[in-house]
Amino acid sequence: MSAIILYMAGLAAIAGWWLSQQRLAAKPWLEEGVIADSRGEALPSAKVGLGVFLAVAGSLFALLISAYSMRINMADWRTLPVPRLLWFNTGVLVVSSVALQWAYMAARRNDLEDVIVGLLAGGASAVTFLIGQLLIWQQLNVTGYFLASNPANAFFYLITAAHGLHLIGGLVALGRTTAKVWRGVEMIRLRLSVELCAIYWHFLLLVWLVLLGLLTGWTDDFVDICRRLLT
Amino acid sequence: MAVAIILLLVAVASVLFHIYSPWWWTPIASNWRYIDDTINITFWITGAVFFAVIAFMAYCVFRFHHKEGRRAAYNPENKKLEWWLSIGTGIGVAAMLAPGLIVWHQFVTVPADATEVEVMGQQWQWSYRLPGKDGRLGTSDARHVSSENPMGLNLDDPYGKDDVVIQDDLHLPVGKPVKVLLRSIDVLHDFYVPEFRAKMDMIPGAVTYFWFTPTRTGTFEVLCAELCGVAHAQMRSKVIVQEEREYHAWLEKQRTFAELSEQRGVAKAAYKADSE
Amino acid sequence: MVDIPYQEVTGIPPAEVADVELYHPRSWWTRYVFSQDAKVIAVQYSITAMAIGMVALVLSWLMRLQLGFPGTFSFIDPSQYLQFITMHGMIMVIYLLTALFLGGFGNYLIPLMVGARDMVFPYVNMLSYWVYLLAVIVLAATFFVPGGPTGAGWTLYPPQAILSGTPGQDWGIVLMLASLILFIIGFTMGGLNYVVTVLQARTRGMTLMRLPLTVWGIFTATVMALLAFPALFVASVMLLLDRLLGTSFFMPTLVEMGQQLKYGGGSPILFQHLFWFFGHPEVYIVALPAFGIISDLISVHARKNIFGYRMMVWAIVAIGALSFVVWAHHMYVSGMHPYFGFFFATTTLIIAIPTAIKVYNWVLTLWRGDIHLTVPMLYALAFIITFVNGGLTGLFLGNVVVDVPLSDTMFVVAHFHMVMGIAPIMAVFGGIYHWYPKVTGRMLNEALGKFHFWVTFLGAYAIFFPMHYLGLLGVPRRYHDIGETAFIPASAHDLNAFMSVAALIVGFAQLVFVFNMIWSLMKGKEAGGNPWGATSLEWQTPETPPGHGNWGKELPVVYRWAYDYSVPGATRDFVPQNEPPAGLMAQGVHP
Repeated sequence: MSAIILYMAGLAAIAGWWLSQQRLAAKPWLEEGVIADSRGEALPSAKVGLGVFLAVAGSLFALLISAYSMRINMADWRTLPVPRLLWFNTGVLVVSSVALQWAYMAARRNDLEDVIVGLLAGGASAVTFLIGQLLIWQQLNVTGYFLASNPANAFFYLITAAHGLHLIGGLVALGRTTAKVWRGVEMIRLRLSVELCAIYWHFLLLVWLVLLGLLTGWTDDFVDICRRLLT
Repeated sequence: MAVAIILLLVAVASVLFHIYSPWWWTPIASNWRYIDDTINITFWITGAVFFAVIAFMAYCVFRFHHKEGRRAAYNPENKKLEWWLSIGTGIGVAAMLAPGLIVWHQFVTVPADATEVEVMGQQWQWSYRLPGKDGRLGTSDARHVSSENPMGLNLDDPYGKDDVVIQDDLHLPVGKPVKVLLRSIDVLHDFYVPEFRAKMDMIPGAVTYFWFTPTRTGTFEVLCAELCGVAHAQMRSKVIVQEEREYHAWLEKQRTFAELSEQRGVAKAAYKADSE
Repeated sequence: MVDIPYQEVTGIPPAEVADVELYHPRSWWTRYVFSQDAKVIAVQYSITAMAIGMVALVLSWLMRLQLGFPGTFSFIDPSQYLQFITMHGMIMVIYLLTALFLGGFGNYLIPLMVGARDMVFPYVNMLSYWVYLLAVIVLAATFFVPGGPTGAGWTLYPPQAILSGTPGQDWGIVLMLASLILFIIGFTMGGLNYVVTVLQARTRGMTLMRLPLTVWGIFTATVMALLAFPALFVASVMLLLDRLLGTSFFMPTLVEMGQQLKYGGGSPILFQHLFWFFGHPEVYIVALPAFGIISDLISVHARKNIFGYRMMVWAIVAIGALSFVVWAHHMYVSGMHPYFGFFFATTTLIIAIPTAIKVYNWVLTLWRGDIHLTVPMLYALAFIITFVNGGLTGLFLGNVVVDVPLSDTMFVVAHFHMVMGIAPIMAVFGGIYHWYPKVTGRMLNEALGKFHFWVTFLGAYAIFFPMHYLGLLGVPRRYHDIGETAFIPASAHDLNAFMSVAALIVGFAQLVFVFNMIWSLMKGKEAGGNPWGATSLEWQTPETPPGHGNWGKELPVVYRWAYDYSVPGATRDFVPQNEPPAGLMAQGVHP
């Protein structure tokens, strides 16, 4: 359970930092009148909402990682060969994330055409990624790595599915954002939508890289090296 | 007024119930008297806190309930009082935790001279196995379970051949520490003898353990304390704690795994011969 | 801690929070059924939760009938008994208490108490309810599928939960897990709303330290729930895969009824870790809103500010954080590494300190108060008694070695019913009697309320206090019948019969409550806007029940904390949060 504990510790640090800005040591009964709130004017609710959601999704993935790292120690674990397509897919996901970042930057300079290009490129590459993931599943199935034949396989399918479903959810949001462009929503609101999509995509990319490290066994090697350095 | 009295009565009745309750733990039959002592300490501390809090509350209700013209005092906080209460609570908690951890340390430290006994749970019965002359239990795995080998012993393991497989209740010599090795071949179970105080879940695919020393002779009931399906409540057996001499007399009569498999083999052959 | 200086702002900062868009219903359907108004959603959540809770209540009668008079009722067999305990536990903990505190009280009170017009994402909030309702329907459907609901115990421990030795193996367990997954999805939608609303939509002047403790409790509990429920989600999905597709996440090599199954290598302990990583915070997810509600009830009805407000806030935050590092105290005898026991016993007993502080502050609030023994106040007092009782027995079970003999006995059952069954229910009832006038505009009948209170409180106490002693004796939990057991005296059976009779009486008293709710809706005394003379914002709405958008033309401005009761020098014994200080009043500002 160390992954989730570390994750929670990270969140606790953020929450603690935020709380420390909130004058929790104030004596409210002595303070009559209107108090200027330290609330940031700048943050729109949707962005805060996304932040909270990412914390929740992150905890889901941290738990999956925890479960993975506990289960891997059992005797029956047979590591899966890493499909080569996985690298291609990773590249596509990076492209997708970059495209959305580009769209966001375009939105900031009010360049509607570039926004459209960025959104479409991001969406298309995300769909490519999903198709690639399905192809990997199919390849694994053909070569006999079925879901139930080994826990390593089961975790591979489960984790990629969890990540893929989050991306599909993201595509829905991306679709709605693109529709907003079509409807000609004013730039200031569009900018926020594009930004939220970009943030979500970066989050999913980050999660994917962590998961990739886990599934390919790099994380294990890394932890091993750290352990050796410490002892 | 009436409310205050009822609140106080709840506290008083709880304490009286505790003192006069005919339902109390079973007479202990193992070395874990310390566990009972820790429970007693906890009862004293928590009982005192419980009574104090409720009595204080009842007094407040009695003394400060609404009357025409009463106005509440204005008192946002009292740092000193709050700190003292926190420190007092901390001390009380430490007074319960410290003995608890000390006894837990004993609980998880198995003495070197403890003899091993294996208890196996399955839906919904208990089986027992003792190490044979070599003093070691053979390995086992749920994969090996069959009608000839109900406990799933590893046939290739030489240590397993002379293991004593008990087909009835478990007998234990009094005064000798025992390390109880627990395993299951299907679901979670829990080997539970109230008089021994100690218990532990049994997990399929793993071996768990606890240890204790039986301190008095007698027959004790074994129950299952982890939900294991429909007949959970009927999963019973007995542990009979005996004097050393009687125990050995009983042990003499038990058969080893090798003997039993041979016998089963013969029986099977005879059955086959009959049916042909 | 950064000390940001207190700034007095003389003028009033302008208007509302800009980015909250209020949805305006256009038809009867969007106003009352597919409503995006948090107040309507709150009522929908509450009614659904209470309806399914009634089912769980009936199940508890059946269980008590079986335990009190074993063998008398031929229609209850062992497997049904297991189904009853499972469904009773699951419904009460998740579908009733979690949904009612967060979905019910949270939805109603958060926007009103922080001075918002609605939740920040009303559409998602509406979806949250409908997904919850779907989860409840799937859950209820398990009563009608072949094989009936699962009988795996509310903990759903594998391997037992998905094997054929447990009732409901075909459909029951599958639907149960599906329902939990739905519940978590629905809750996450709602939870995002509650958290972001508290963060973003507080009205002018409403700093965190001016929030009523109810909001603090619900807010912290929601944050915890958002982070803890994913553990149950992961566990449910993995268990579902084990059951349906034959994976071996949790399933070891095993032989069932002489048959080798195709599972192998999995770890049942892994499930327990995931389950309790959710399960322990869950206890506080139910407890923290209750803490908050009780703090406010005591303060209002004792006409006195809550004693040690700051300490109360810090304690809530501390409990919320600590409760994520105590989960394995449910697993002392699970066979996990014994050295974990030292760590988890220590963290568990440490959490007792902030909890104790809260109790002290409640009773110290009563000290030199002006205690009105209204029905909400009675419930608050009963909450303290039952919570202190259950909390203290928690010190037995949290102290690892003491837990060894007591785990899996009726002592545990008594403990958790007292601390997270009866105590939170006392808070729920107290809360309902307190806020019903705001929701409906009418008071609940007081005589019926007092009758309901005394029967419920004394009856429930009479069930669960003696139950501890059956556990001490060694009676295991989840036994449909103790049967012939040498160490259990005949008197224990009499005690069981007594508890069963008490349970039936308590159960029937709830009908009085339901009657009172319905009757008062039409015939209750008109409440007016602020019948209790309370300071917090929900009592200061221009209309009662609050109208669409809560606040009429302009949002309230908050000038003080939520506990200005019996302030020296003030004319009334309460000063509403939105009442301007004398200086501003002179400038012509009005609440």
